[in-house]
Amino acid sequence: MPTFYGTEVTSRLMLGTAQYPSPAILADAFRLSGAGIATVSVRREAGGDQAGQDFWALIRDLGVAVLPNTAGCYSVREAITTAQMARELFDTNWIKLEVIGHADTLQPDPFGLIEAAAQLAGDGFEVFPYCTEDLVLCERLVEVGCKVLMPWGAPIGTGLGLNNIYGLRSLRAHFPDIPLVVDAGLGLPSQAAHAMELGYDAVLLNTAVAKAGDPAAMAQAFGLAVEAGALAARADPMDARDMAAPSTPVFGKAML
Amino acid sequence: MKIIVNGETLEIGASTLAALLEDLGKGEAKVATSVNEAFVPKHQRTDHSLHEGDRVEIVAPRQGG
Repeated sequence: MPTFYGTEVTSRLMLGTAQYPSPAILADAFRLSGAGIATVSVRREAGGDQAGQDFWALIRDLGVAVLPNTAGCYSVREAITTAQMARELFDTNWIKLEVIGHADTLQPDPFGLIEAAAQLAGDGFEVFPYCTEDLVLCERLVEVGCKVLMPWGAPIGTGLGLNNIYGLRSLRAHFPDIPLVVDAGLGLPSQAAHAMELGYDAVLLNTAVAKAGDPAAMAQAFGLAVEAGALAARADPMDARDMAAPSTPVFGKAML
Repeated sequence: MKIIVNGETLEIGASTLAALLEDLGKGEAKVATSVNEAFVPKHQRTDHSLHEGDRVEIVAPRQGG
């Protein structure tokens, strides 16, 4: 299983906690999928609102590792303050760092991401950067202290899958020793299996499960898919070829 | 004095961040805080004085992707 900042996790599936029809279905999704990490956020709570306290009780009972995010942050300052609040709330140095660059695509702002990652790493955070598959960006992120990279498959919530297989494969080849996670854009278990077959260490998804007709069943399907894909990667897949090659022996065929 | 808490203007009697949280019923709650966009750790809330127009954010664990 992948090791993130010295911690070996129990699953290759990292699951978001938003958009489920009910807390019970969220819990079922984690139980059936075996997901080992739950992503969470920090949001306003004042007055008599107890939603955050109730949510925290639910997550604690799941018995999984917690990865807080800086979702929705468009500036370095916002992301850093959010990360600091998350560290205190969840008592972890882990932070899924999102510095969003564009509202339509929710794609990372690569410049802000590097700046924020450098500051947070310097402040003792263990940064999981939500990034693109851009090789130069990823090199810079590693240089400033990131020991995990989380390139997108496609824009958040689209379900489009792996939009740039060449780029993802290239990243894997360039960073053989850095844990790589496809984060965002997955819609189907087959896409998660494909990410694993490319040699990725884990996938992180939310909408594909939460918005399925049966979220718990879909979570289970993703759990099976990542294991199948990882097993396939270890099994050293055959090379693809353009020309057909018979699998049944030609020798010994009856001459009719 | 008037301050802004989670985007809403409030007239408050509390003079510190810790006292404000108590008045809002959040003294023991699992929350994190910032004042004027800067994080204020839990152990500094008692010493953190509030001033007219301060912008306070109080956040709690919530669903995320």
